[in-house]
Amino acid sequence: MSKVRVLVGTRKGAFILTADGKREKWEVSGPLFAGWEMYHLKGSPADPNRIYASQTSGWFGQVIQRSNDGGKTWDAPGGGVTAVPGQMPKGESNKFVYDTSPSGKPLTTHQWYDGTQHPWEFKRVWHLEPSYTDPDMVYAGVEDAALFRSTDGAHSWQELPGLRGHGTGPKWQPGAGGMCLHTVILDKKDPKRIYIAISAAGAFRSDDGGKSWKPINQGLRSQYIPDPKAEIGHCVHHVAMNPSRPNVLFMQKHWDVMRSDDAGDNWKEISGNLPTDFGFVIDVHAHEPETIYVVPIKSDSEHYPPEGKLRVYRSRSGGNEWEALTKGLPQSNCYVNVLRDAMAVDSLDKCGIYFGTTGGQVYASADAGDSWAPIVRDLPAVLSVEVQTLP
Amino acid sequence: MIRVVLPQHLRTMAKVGYELELEVAPPVTQRSVLDALEARFPVLRGTIRDHVTQQRRPFLRFFACEEDWSLESPDAPLPEAVVSGKEPFYIIGAIAGG
Repeated sequence: MSKVRVLVGTRKGAFILTADGKREKWEVSGPLFAGWEMYHLKGSPADPNRIYASQTSGWFGQVIQRSNDGGKTWDAPGGGVTAVPGQMPKGESNKFVYDTSPSGKPLTTHQWYDGTQHPWEFKRVWHLEPSYTDPDMVYAGVEDAALFRSTDGAHSWQELPGLRGHGTGPKWQPGAGGMCLHTVILDKKDPKRIYIAISAAGAFRSDDGGKSWKPINQGLRSQYIPDPKAEIGHCVHHVAMNPSRPNVLFMQKHWDVMRSDDAGDNWKEISGNLPTDFGFVIDVHAHEPETIYVVPIKSDSEHYPPEGKLRVYRSRSGGNEWEALTKGLPQSNCYVNVLRDAMAVDSLDKCGIYFGTTGGQVYASADAGDSWAPIVRDLPAVLSVEVQTLP
Repeated sequence: MIRVVLPQHLRTMAKVGYELELEVAPPVTQRSVLDALEARFPVLRGTIRDHVTQQRRPFLRFFACEEDWSLESPDAPLPEAVVSGKEPFYIIGAIAGG
């Protein structure tokens, strides 16, 4: 029987939640890396036992952890004890250094909040995206915004400098959460196509494996950007795609839920009858590519559900027409947030939907959202949720 | 042998106890102690000093013989009591965050 493994990153450690295909009885293990901020964990589609994790701390910086046994044991790649004292270490698993080579069109500054230019400073890894085909290849979206790639199982990392160097980089500026590259989407059908999104620069696409990039923000409207054709500057919160339809993208922007049917070249709004179109997460049903999910949040100044009711909204028509999913979710006095990487779908039939809250709950639905139940209720604030469907 | 005390999270990462011992060739300075520490425990690279600039992370402090050495030159000789192993070299996480 199939199994699911839910990987949960929180403010104070990581947790792994497992269940069989019925998704009724759950085992909870953790905390892993107790006390550390675990921004994101994600398993390799090519080898589900290979899991990468971003472990970060204001005190000790960034660490990348890796498991080869489905999360039972972990190591920082290259971080083992060397045999001879005094020998220089070989591993550089924690080292993210911005490219400064002439070929990379190096950038030294981006726009700061006050409009002045500010140096790029590495802070943390927000998102890890393993390759569909190679368990040793993994992408890292980082703050300050840049895309890194490892081809040796996270032993070492190299920036893909064409993104920061494509031309608009000096105009990028941080959102309230920092200038983070938080979304990385690979195209299963076309290994050379990569989508990324940055707060608050916008969405970008590469069609040549990350060498060159173009902004894909036409059709986005933001109140604070007077130019309706602005190439960059939009605060994209998250982008989702069903792998079977890689040209169709769904976006939760700061405000507005958006859709593109041409690989991001043009966007149109699909907020429709949502009670508010502010939010962070968005995801797509594993088998129904026109079925999408969001969690509306009251506003950019009040980061909790409207009316204190935690509601997932589902559209079965690709947007505009939305239904509230409430069965099993708190419908009073609920003031949690659901952060941008904290929703995931499994590929079982019926499709399972999972999301985590800043109140420490992880909710699961084994029936595509019709009903919900908490897997756990009292974790630290949840930063990310990913799920692996296992044979 | 130079005795070094790490903050809890770094002890967990390096898989060591409260205190560890390092062989450090003279001169014994903050830099030579940290170089030896990172060489023996590569997983600690970047967690105490920045990978590139080698500057101390802002929320970490260095103490020896009840004195704060954080702002001293990384190449200043550490006290004889640390060199002889009588006193440990402390790496401490700042109390911050409320």
